[in-house]
Amino acid sequence: MSDAASGAATPVLEIDNLHVSYFTRAGEIPAVIDFSLKLEQGEAVGLVGESGCGKSTVAMAIMQYMGANGGVVGGSIKFKGRDLGAMSQEELRRLRGSEIAMIYQEPMAALNPSLTLGRQLMEVPLYHEEVSEAEAYERARQMLSDVRLPDPERVMAAYPHQISGGQQQRVVIAMALLSSPSLLLLDEPTTALDVTVEAGIVKLIAEISKKFGTSMLYISHNLGLILETCDRVCVMYSGEVVEESEVKTVFASPRHPYTHGLFGCIPVPTADKNLRPLVAIPGQLPLPHERPQGCNFGPRCQHFRAGRCDDHDIRMSEITHPSPDHRVRCLRWDELAEDEIATEATEHEPLEPGEPVLVIDEMQKYYPVYDRSIKALLSGQAVRYVKANERLNFDARRGETVAIVGESGCGKSTFAKVLMGLETATEGAITFNGQEISQRPIDSRSAEEIGSLQMVFQNPNDTLNPSLTVGRQIARVIRKFGAESNSETIRARVMELLDLVKLPRDFADRRPRQLSGGQKQRVGIARAFAGNPAMVVADEPVSALDVSVQAAVTDLLMDIQRRYRTTLLFISHDLSVVRYLADRVVVMYLGQIMERGPTAAVFSPPYHPYTEALLSAVPIADTSIEKREIVLEGNLPSVLDPPKGCPFATRCPRKVGTICDEERPPEQQAGPDHMIACHISLAELSLVEPVIQMVKDGEPKPVDPQYG
Amino acid sequence: MTEIAQPLPKREPLPLRLLKSLALLRESGVGMIGAGLVLFWVVVAIFAPWIAPFSPTATLQPMMPPLSPAESGGVFLLGTDHIGRDILSRVIYGSRTVLIYAPLATFCAYIVGIVMGLWAGYRGGWLDDVLSFLANIILSFPVLVLYVVIIATIGASGTNVLIAITFASAPGIMRIVRGLTLDIKTRDYVAAAQTRGESTWWILLVEILPNARGPLIVDACLRLGYVTITIGVLGFLGLGLPPPTPDWGGMVNETRRMATIFPWMSVFPCVAISSLVLGLNLMADGLREISLRD
Repeated sequence: MSDAASGAATPVLEIDNLHVSYFTRAGEIPAVIDFSLKLEQGEAVGLVGESGCGKSTVAMAIMQYMGANGGVVGGSIKFKGRDLGAMSQEELRRLRGSEIAMIYQEPMAALNPSLTLGRQLMEVPLYHEEVSEAEAYERARQMLSDVRLPDPERVMAAYPHQISGGQQQRVVIAMALLSSPSLLLLDEPTTALDVTVEAGIVKLIAEISKKFGTSMLYISHNLGLILETCDRVCVMYSGEVVEESEVKTVFASPRHPYTHGLFGCIPVPTADKNLRPLVAIPGQLPLPHERPQGCNFGPRCQHFRAGRCDDHDIRMSEITHPSPDHRVRCLRWDELAEDEIATEATEHEPLEPGEPVLVIDEMQKYYPVYDRSIKALLSGQAVRYVKANERLNFDARRGETVAIVGESGCGKSTFAKVLMGLETATEGAITFNGQEISQRPIDSRSAEEIGSLQMVFQNPNDTLNPSLTVGRQIARVIRKFGAESNSETIRARVMELLDLVKLPRDFADRRPRQLSGGQKQRVGIARAFAGNPAMVVADEPVSALDVSVQAAVTDLLMDIQRRYRTTLLFISHDLSVVRYLADRVVVMYLGQIMERGPTAAVFSPPYHPYTEALLSAVPIADTSIEKREIVLEGNLPSVLDPPKGCPFATRCPRKVGTICDEERPPEQQAGPDHMIACHISLAELSLVEPVIQMVKDGEPKPVDPQYG
Repeated sequence: MTEIAQPLPKREPLPLRLLKSLALLRESGVGMIGAGLVLFWVVVAIFAPWIAPFSPTATLQPMMPPLSPAESGGVFLLGTDHIGRDILSRVIYGSRTVLIYAPLATFCAYIVGIVMGLWAGYRGGWLDDVLSFLANIILSFPVLVLYVVIIATIGASGTNVLIAITFASAPGIMRIVRGLTLDIKTRDYVAAAQTRGESTWWILLVEILPNARGPLIVDACLRLGYVTITIGVLGFLGLGLPPPTPDWGGMVNETRRMATIFPWMSVFPCVAISSLVLGLNLMADGLREISLRD
């Protein structure tokens, strides 16, 4: 492009007072209001906000691709000085994919399943630059090794389904970079991936702008990821940017109450469920057509002043001190001293754990897989086993929170199924409340037993039956467990449960689709607690929720637990949440327990090498934390054919030798109730430097997870 | 820290809600035309005794062309057939036959198809294999041959028409329901029902079936059209209701040899069948269009 030469003067992207609306049955709905942004060459800007804040709409507007019912109603978007809105469809098509590339959340959706990856990659230079086949091949191969894919020749010949999700996303990034775009839009590119895979992609993205001089717009709901990848950040709320500055400035001294609130909701390493609990932002995002007059955040803001904040639309104000180039959409930012913005948290007494409620003893769950090929029949290997759970040992005590941590395929969901009685164990024992239940499927358990072991599910949109009212769904559970048949008593109990999860009573007559994600999850919790359970299994209960709602739901779970001394079995892949609320942690990999112990012990050396990698992979939204970078190579091995020795041996950065491949690692006692299954001696593991350190007065200092 | 409650919209009584969802059809032009045609025939069927100018079975004057005056007073608007019955009255009364048997047969087929599909989809394994195998066998027969065989075996009567149509349509419905069930059974609310020890029937009928209703309603509308045609075909083949019951398919059959000389005798029943089927199909299209929106 001819403009590229004068690129120093004109920014790559300049958005000025952009307004975008959608037109629906209900009328015009503004999705983005007064959005301005300048993106210089090689700069990475993060766009962060909760669902429905308009961040993806901004990306769509830049691509000039808003579907049938969306449209730019005001402002301009200039790409290298040229107005995108004034371009013809033909000009836009030439721009998309060559000058502006976009990467989406689902890599599989971006790749054509019926063409080899090489073919799809080569198409980019073939189509946009009309080079020869041989050169296109060479460029594609080179780009694959640039995005750190091992064995690029093999990947070139493979079809999309033959490589893993993380590799697919790398191929998509390679494809976007092949046309050397000036602008790369990334819309939640790692949300669908496992944490350790995500860490690798994030590292790659952070390198792109340095290596290729590409400008990036990174859209995410995760503040930690923005901190790791971007130079500047725009925080969006309900269609507007509320705060914008350098990443460091926003993270170190946020001035908008919403940004401040967001940081209070994130379980950073210094948060503690008893001493420094998270502070949720009250209320919820306003619906786009029900935005309040004046400040959109007004109704949820504790510094709200009637008559001032709700008087007129609020413009961005410039802050020059202490750091320049900082804008915030708040009238009262200069009145609110920094310490005043900080919200007060209430302290709690820690719960003293009681007697063991659940004891898992050498539990195994194998699924047979029948191979009906003649070759398998002849070799006598017609039946193979998926070892979903291999010799699990742990217990959970009354009033305690035990977290099971692991990535997809680690067997945590299988374990939950066996525990709930949807499957029976292949071997070993599960003792719950003194009863052996591993061989008893759900229909042979008594109503009381079922009621005392209940579950909270992951996906808020899936957890409630869309056809029944909330009240009827809770009432059904009470009728099932409580042996209660009087409809008056049941109705009263439903109301009590709604009070318990802090929902208004008239929600009983609502249908799930009239509720927000957080509210549905609260109903799910009410349902689980209807039978006064001794233990609740929570399968990623907050991972699908928005950040500001996550804190509230987590808080609610803790609250109910404190009240009833319920045991919580918390299944998660998110180590920040686990560190925040678990008393003890079980780390699983490929169906086996790698490390098990009290939270404080698991989160500080000696670590199992896998725990160490997991800890390093979790993005942390805190500028005072320094993290050691460990990126795992390779893929998760197939559960059908797991490594013979240590399951982690194939990806372990600390592998000692053939012993790891051939022998099961010994269970070493690293402290009271702390077990590490590894061939490396404890003495050696203890010498490992902590992954997360706090930078204070220039001196790194380890974070103590219990008394941060 | 509770989330702020939105004011609760009052729940309306069922008839009003049904009317409102029908009112949504307004947004689809074809849907409205379809609904109009269907509504027309429903009204005709209900008020047949008041609308029909003559008795549908009385033999008056044979082979009168349309618009010819009747001896007893009045006009044969659509003419009379070869034995002198008023075609308009027969078409009007014939709508009753179709509008009773078509929905009834569709309903029966749905009951059987839903139960089979729910079980096959939810249970899986050998039960699914057996049921799917049976369904495939039935579906592999030419439908017409199937009807002829069934009716020839059990005789021509209203009930037997129901049986034949149920037998031939249920496998197709089963497949749709099975597919929907396979999707819905992986939802968390089904898992929640399982983990509180609900019976299989409860899960099938309360947790799964109501949430599959959207696509099923559209399909039912389309299928009603097919069944209407089928009833016409059965009548035409002489496998439908025994004469002298007015029956559109039967009317076409009785007069088809004279169709070149006295075209009105067979044209009007054909128009009747086509308009009703067209109405049902357009309505299904409209429903689908609306359900895909949003």
